[in-house]
Amino acid sequence: MTGADRTVFVNTAAASTGGTGVPSESVDLTAPFGGGTLPNPVTTASGCAGYGRELAKFLPLAELGSITTKTIMPAPRSGRPTPRMAETPSGMLNGIGLQGSGIEHFVANELPWLAERGARVLVSVAGERVEDFAACARALNGQPGVVGLEVNLSCPNADNSGLVFAANPATAHDVVQAVREVAEPTLPVYAKLAPDVTSITDVAKACVRAGADGLSMINTLPGVVIDTDTLRPHLAGVVGGLSGPAIRPVAVGCVYAVHAAMRAGECAAVPILGMGGIRTGRDALEFVLAGASGVAVGTAIFNDPTAPLRVLDELREALAARGFAKLTDAVGLAHHH
Amino acid sequence: MAHPVQRQAEIVELSPVGAYHRLVLRAEGIAERVLPGHFAALAVDRADGSLLLRRPFFVHRADPAEATVEVVFAEAGRGTRALARQRVGDVVDVVAPLGNAFPIPTGPASALMVAGGYGGVPLFGLAERITEQGGSVGFILGASTADRLFGVEQARAFTPDVLVTTEDGSYGIRGQITLPLTEAMRAIEARVVYASGPTGMLRAVAEVCAREGVRCFTAVEQTMACGVGVCMSCVLPVVGEDGVSRLVRSCVDGPCLDGSRVRWEDIGAVPPDLEGAAAMGGC
Repeated sequence: MTGADRTVFVNTAAASTGGTGVPSESVDLTAPFGGGTLPNPVTTASGCAGYGRELAKFLPLAELGSITTKTIMPAPRSGRPTPRMAETPSGMLNGIGLQGSGIEHFVANELPWLAERGARVLVSVAGERVEDFAACARALNGQPGVVGLEVNLSCPNADNSGLVFAANPATAHDVVQAVREVAEPTLPVYAKLAPDVTSITDVAKACVRAGADGLSMINTLPGVVIDTDTLRPHLAGVVGGLSGPAIRPVAVGCVYAVHAAMRAGECAAVPILGMGGIRTGRDALEFVLAGASGVAVGTAIFNDPTAPLRVLDELREALAARGFAKLTDAVGLAHHH
Repeated sequence: MAHPVQRQAEIVELSPVGAYHRLVLRAEGIAERVLPGHFAALAVDRADGSLLLRRPFFVHRADPAEATVEVVFAEAGRGTRALARQRVGDVVDVVAPLGNAFPIPTGPASALMVAGGYGGVPLFGLAERITEQGGSVGFILGASTADRLFGVEQARAFTPDVLVTTEDGSYGIRGQITLPLTEAMRAIEARVVYASGPTGMLRAVAEVCAREGVRCFTAVEQTMACGVGVCMSCVLPVVGEDGVSRLVRSCVDGPCLDGSRVRWEDIGAVPPDLEGAAAMGGC
C-alpha cells in the first residue's frame, strides 16, 4: 500500500473548525514540559547535537523547543577507543563512551555560549554513582539557559557490578530522587529510560514516584556488529547502542505502554519526551499520538543537520493536515480506539 | 575551520577515473569557500532512511565561476556503490566545505606532496596555491597496483619532480611510498611535506619527516557518521598545544593535522595519559 492510497483520518474536533485541515501557521505547538511548557515540542536527542555549537551553523538553536546536550559527567572522559561506530540497516550502532570535558568545563565554557544564543537547554547528566548525578545537578543550579535536567540512567552503576541504573526500578528511583532533591525545585527533572528492561512501565512508575517531572523514552538498544573480514566485533567496545529509524517501533511501543499506564491511573501523569528513529514530522506524530508531548531528533541529525527544524515544520504541517489546532489535542490520541 | 552550508547539488558530471569515480556537483555558495584539504559530506540515501550516514570525500577542485565542486571516490560499500549509480542531473544533498584546510607556507617554499592511492585528491589544489605564491612542489604518488594510482599525469603537468611507486611494481618504483621519500625530500630541499592517504602510510611518512626534521601535515581519514562534529566517531589521539593528549575529531579538528602531533601508534587505543582516560571505568 502506498501513502497515496490511504485515507488520512482527521481529528473529530476539526469538525468545529468547519474543515478537514487548519492553516499550519495557526497550529499551537506549545508543548507541556515538566510542570510548565516549551514553545514547541522538538528537541535534540542527547549525544546527537554535542553542546550545540556545530549545529548552530545550520539552524538557530533558539527556534527549537529546547536543545538536549550530550551527557555530562562530573569529570572529563576520554571516551572509548575507535572504532566507535558501525552503520546498520536504517540505523547505526555507537559506542562513544560518553566522551566529554566534565561538568565544570560545561558550566564555564558551553552553557554561557548557549544561553547567549537564547537556547533553552535540557542538560543530560550521568554518573557512575548516585552522588555523581547529584553533583552534576547541583553544579547546574542557578546557571543561565537551563530549562531542565535529563537523567541518563543508561550508565553502569559502579556499586552494582556495572548494571545500568535504568535496569531496575529501585536503582532508577534512587538516582531520580537524589537529583530531584538537590536540583532547583522549579527545574523539571526528566528520567531517560532504557528499552531493554523487563518492564519499562515499572521503571517509569518508580521514576515518577521518585519525583521525575517527565520521562524521556527511549535510549539506544544494546547490540553487537561483527566484522566478517576481521572476524571480530566491529566496535572496540564490542557492545554499542542501536539508534535510527530501525528502532522506531520499539520506541513508539514504549511510549504507548507508559502512556497507557498513566491513562489507567497506574502511574501519575507526567509529560513524555519521545525519541528513537524520528526522521520526519510524520515519525514525530507517531510518538505524539502514542502519548508523547515532546519529541527528540537524534541520529537523523547525522544525515541532515537541519533535521530538528525540518521535523518541527513537518510536524506542524502534519497536525494541520489532520485538523489539529493544538499539539496537545493529538497527544495520546491513538489510545482512543 | 570552514563555515559549511547544506545544499541540494545537481550532478553535472559522473565519470570513471582509473579505479575511481569523479563526481562534479553544482551548488551555489560552496566553491568560493573551499580551501585545499576541505571535504564534502554527501548524503547517499535521503529517500527512506535505510542508509543514514553521510559519506565524506575530499574536494579535488572547486570552480567558483561555475559554482561546481569535484570530489573523487572509490566504490567501497553500499553507500559509494549507490553514489556511483547516480546519473547526471540527479540531486545529491551536500554539506561543504568541512574541516580544517592545509596550512600553507607564507612566501615561496619547496613542498613535497605524498599521496597514497587516491589520497592525492586534496593535494593538487594545494600544489597550485603553493606554486602561485612562488613556491615549488614535488610529488610522490604511490599505490598497491598501477590501476589504483591517481593523478600521475596531473602531477607531471605541474612539475618534473614526480616519483611513482607501486607495491607490485606494475608502475614506477617497486615498493612502498616511503622508499624514495627521504631522497626526494633532500633532492627538492623540501621545507614541508603534505601527505594524504591510508593511515598506515601517513604514520610512516610522519616518522620519516620527524627523523629528517621537516614539517609534515597529514590529511587523516577516520570513519565518520556526521562529518560536522557532533557524532564523536572519527576521533584520534593528538597532542595539543598545551602538551595534553586528547581524542580529537578528525572532521572538525582535522582532517589536516600536524603529523608530529598525531599519536599514530595509539590510534584505536586509549593510552592512560590521555585526558579523561582515568574516568573510563564504567560506561
